Amino acid sequence: MTMTDTPHKQGGGVSPLLLISRYGTFAAFIALLLFNMAVTPHFLSWQTFNVNLTQVATIVIVATGMTLVISTGGIDLSVGSLMAISGALAPMIFMGKLFPVENTALAVSLAFVIPVAVVALLGAFNGLLVTRFSIQPIVATLVLFIAGRGIAQVMTNGNLQVFKTPSFQFIAMGNLFGIPAQVVLMLIIAALAYTLIRYTVIGTQILAVGGNEKAARLTGIPVKRIKIFVYMISGALAGLAGLVVIARNSASDANVVGLGMELDAIAAVVVGGSLLTGGRANIVGTLIGALVIQLVRYTLLANGVPDAAALIVKAGLIILAVYIQQRADKV
Amino acid sequence: MLTILKPKSSGDLARMGVLFALAALILFGALRYDNFLSSFNILSFLRYNSMFTLIALGMAFVIITGGIDLSVGGVAACSSVVAAMLSTHSWWAGLAGGVGTGVLAGLINGLVVTRMRIQPFIATLAMMLASYGAALLLADNQSVSVSYDTGFTVIGQDDFLGFPIAAWIAIAAYIAGWLVLERLPAGRHVLAIGDGEATAGLLGLKVDRTLTVVYLASGALAGLAGVILASQFGAGQPTEGVGWELFAIASVVVGGTLLTGGAGSVGATLAGAAARPGLQHPEFRERSWMDLAVCLLAVGHSRRLPAGGRYPPGQARQQKRSELTWRHYRIFRENRYW
Repeated sequence: MTMTDTPHKQGGGVSPLLLISRYGTFAAFIALLLFNMAVTPHFLSWQTFNVNLTQVATIVIVATGMTLVISTGGIDLSVGSLMAISGALAPMIFMGKLFPVENTALAVSLAFVIPVAVVALLGAFNGLLVTRFSIQPIVATLVLFIAGRGIAQVMTNGNLQVFKTPSFQFIAMGNLFGIPAQVVLMLIIAALAYTLIRYTVIGTQILAVGGNEKAARLTGIPVKRIKIFVYMISGALAGLAGLVVIARNSASDANVVGLGMELDAIAAVVVGGSLLTGGRANIVGTLIGALVIQLVRYTLLANGVPDAAALIVKAGLIILAVYIQQRADKV
Repeated sequence: MLTILKPKSSGDLARMGVLFALAALILFGALRYDNFLSSFNILSFLRYNSMFTLIALGMAFVIITGGIDLSVGGVAACSSVVAAMLSTHSWWAGLAGGVGTGVLAGLINGLVVTRMRIQPFIATLAMMLASYGAALLLADNQSVSVSYDTGFTVIGQDDFLGFPIAAWIAIAAYIAGWLVLERLPAGRHVLAIGDGEATAGLLGLKVDRTLTVVYLASGALAGLAGVILASQFGAGQPTEGVGWELFAIASVVVGGTLLTGGAGSVGATLAGAAARPGLQHPEFRERSWMDLAVCLLAVGHSRRLPAGGRYPPGQARQQKRSELTWRHYRIFRENRYW
């Protein structure tokens, strides 16, 4: 960043640490695949493929938004609670509890649009706290993290909402060319986010804000608007993930939907190689990061290691990934 | 020198707020509910909230250094399992085992934060996962019954001088915490590190060692809370403690301690911890709105206090400044000026 740093970087050639930080997660992914092909029975079946991908679908959807937020140097702890809010709102709409809708198709499409829009607005509220009131992102998003689930419970009166609406549940239960619809949704969202970061002006501006906020402001980038935008996207994607989760479960419980999701999403982003300090957004990395975490868990479970041990391995993985990223960034 | 290390008066003012809030809550409770101030109610309140207040105390120290400890709930769960398993030997084995588990977890947290330079948020998040994993592994996914023959349950269930023993432990911990923060050099060091890690290093304070001890203390207090948990419920609970870290953070923040570090008080944390369970209203609807109110109060604090002259407004400038001083610190350290 400063003048004295530059010769260092040019002189040393490519350090192994940099290589690990850039390709380590991908290498781990390939290694896990090869290991499982050799060791785990029935690994190369369509069912295993689908099970693993549906497990990560919601995590990747949320983690994509989280990647954008983290690339601006922020963090969004509220995603799990926002999932609960959208998950509570959707059944109320298509079951006609909020307002009577005669047409089922209209009710279901409203049940997609309204919850996501509401949650996107709450995301914008996060962004507003971060920008206009300059509150640290951790504290600002902690508000909805704690209060959001309470709001969801108040909306549903604390009740479990059970439903059977195939047209709504298509996003989780349906298949497109034999691939689960939620996996297709995950891939579309990841591709859109990749395009946004790679090929659009907004994407460049997001990275500029994360890289050096003051410089970004001086270049005339609307820093506050960009930040509000990423928190809004993160909120909207969390809302969508909430819909997928309730559609998968055929039920919506405000206590459970999205619980602990913020940790899974942050873990995926971190293992995927985006710096927590911002300035980098590796969407493909996030996708692979989520897959690596899932595959590690699957490998351990399939080979008779208890789920609890997988938690410890996951913790070690997160620390290792952050450590390597930080060291490589200093080289 | 001393004026640099002294907390600013605007922080003191904010910490007065929580006392008023606590007084208002008690008044509200006394007017609204019968028997609110009965001795039974107060004693059971003290008995069942002592473990949360212990965790809040450790969290206060961590937050004053500008860090955060998300692992307290998991560590408490893990140490409750260890304590329950060791309680068959003797009551002190259970106690030592539980606290030892917390110390070990806290030590790892501290070393990961200081040696590997990983953000406290991530380091303790990983510890939270690991400690739940360890707890579930040790307990084999079930709760572990404690021994009722060795007197282990006395710690959490019995009274001493008409007061719950668990509450005595919490009181002793708070007095010790107050002494450290307000009367010992170590407390000044903790405040100075929170105010600016680099500057504290330049002043010659042993930043890494102090930080490690602070995380260790937070772990130890979480371990102690786990012992009380196991003793009170008669079982080590590997899945308990979810959300405890938030409870502790809320207590600390409501107590006027800045999440950015550098200011805070033990007494106000106690008041914050006492006010929080008052908000654990059984009716979830009222509780939800109270949660929201507490959050907004916390946000109000974190907004108002830095503007009181501590940091220039705008996070970019703040970052820049710390980067500069950190560079100085490294230059100093590499050249061994001291």
